[in-house]
Amino acid sequence: MLKQSIKQLVITTCVALLPLTLQADEFTKQDLKLWQDEFMTVVGEGRKVFTDPKLGTNGVVCAQCHPNGANTHPETYPKFQKQLGRVAQMWEMVNWCIRNPLEGKDLAVDDPRMTAILSYIAFERRGVKMEPGKH
Amino acid sequence: MKRRDFLKSSGALLAGGLLPISLVEVAFGKSKHENFTFAYISDSHIQQIKGNQFVRNFDTGLMRAVAECNMMDPKPDFVIYGGDLAQIGNKPELDHGLELMSACRHKVHYVMGEHDYYLDLGKYWESQLGPQWYSFDHKGVHFVVLNSILVDEKWVNKWSSGEERMGVMAGLDNPLGSPFMVGAKQREWLRKDLAKVSKDTPLVILSHSPLQKIYKGWNFWTDDAEKIQALLKPFRKVNVFYGHVHQIQYNQIGNISFHSVMATAWPWPYPSTYSQAASQLPKLTVEMNRADPFFERDATGWQFIDVWSGNATMHFQLPENKPRTVAYDKKNKRPEDKDYQAKKNRIPPQTHY
Ligand SMILES: [Fe+2]
Ligand SMILES: [Fe+2]
Repeated sequence: MLKQSIKQLVITTCVALLPLTLQADEFTKQDLKLWQDEFMTVVGEGRKVFTDPKLGTNGVVCAQCHPNGANTHPETYPKFQKQLGRVAQMWEMVNWCIRNPLEGKDLAVDDPRMTAILSYIAFERRGVKMEPGKH
Repeated sequence: MKRRDFLKSSGALLAGGLLPISLVEVAFGKSKHENFTFAYISDSHIQQIKGNQFVRNFDTGLMRAVAECNMMDPKPDFVIYGGDLAQIGNKPELDHGLELMSACRHKVHYVMGEHDYYLDLGKYWESQLGPQWYSFDHKGVHFVVLNSILVDEKWVNKWSSGEERMGVMAGLDNPLGSPFMVGAKQREWLRKDLAKVSKDTPLVILSHSPLQKIYKGWNFWTDDAEKIQALLKPFRKVNVFYGHVHQIQYNQIGNISFHSVMATAWPWPYPSTYSQAASQLPKLTVEMNRADPFFERDATGWQFIDVWSGNATMHFQLPENKPRTVAYDKKNKRPEDKDYQAKKNRIPPQTHY
């Protein structure tokens, strides 16, 4: 009986606290650092994928044509790609490069390597204003 | 001058797209010298996959350049190969590159690129092609070939193997690389070589890296550029042609006209498009059209170069793009694009960002 009351109390308390906890989603400088570090780790992995001869099948790497991720224009996507005849996203163009100059196979959109590549490209382009659709 | 004047055949090959070679015409106008032409092929980056498999795209670029070079009329007196024949510079890549080049019916003078060099410090290249720097005279012009991709000894010796060293140098944007230079020994050779040449003789200097400073981060750069420019200063007409940058660049510094040649393999972005760093692309340069990635030969190209009375005129022939002419302007004493030099005349694809 007592045990049950305590359980009840705990549940009630939790329910009562839940919205409060969500509203009070405060984060610390430490959190910020942690999240930034997580992001930079993925950026670093992106650089590795960007220079990985095994990403495709012929040893050609992304950085061979895109030093420092240049000429990728992440700030302009989505945009109309005349070669595809429709509006495309950045990851579709990444896969285009993997299929063609790298003679490899598409990555899934949510493949961690795709996320890493997109993170690296975006990081190298940091500070440039968003201009979706720009050519 | 139109490109058809230089090509015997205007068949399907030409209709299908122009090819990444440079034909250089050295013209003396009314002077006592005979006009002549030479062709220029550069940066093919022949890349081994394994065994006798090589990256098709890069093979194609070089094969087409050689094929068109063979069709040129008038025939070029010789060909300059501007460096980076290979990607990592091992024996299979250099052998395969030279085999493709052997289809060329003209004498070829080779320039050393960093991709040819850093695996074995140019040993195999030298065993096949001879000295890394040399000069020759041709119909009144003094040609000098430099190895401009040397770096300091300490950097050369700090790696555990040639493969590791090449791996680092092969990454254009690898921050562990080192700035290119010609170096004291070769500069001294150059000083002695030029001492024998009259100051009225037109000079053509062939290097792999620009003998001017554009962007250090990608080695669009030669660390002792000013010292070399000083050696060239006493001459009336000086033209520097360089590869390495895989894009159109031109500039005038004092008496020296600078022109880059295009790659047969792939184009590189202009350094100004890397938003995290400043670059010094010559203000004079009107940039080449942005590449269409879906067309693998785009933003490669070829050009005629006339050296009219010692000043260069470049005729760029660009696949699916209008040809461009960059000519020495006597009044402004610098190379200028015939159509696009004025800001108002530029077209949207010439905007790089
Ligand atoms: Fe190159
Ligand atoms: Fe190079």
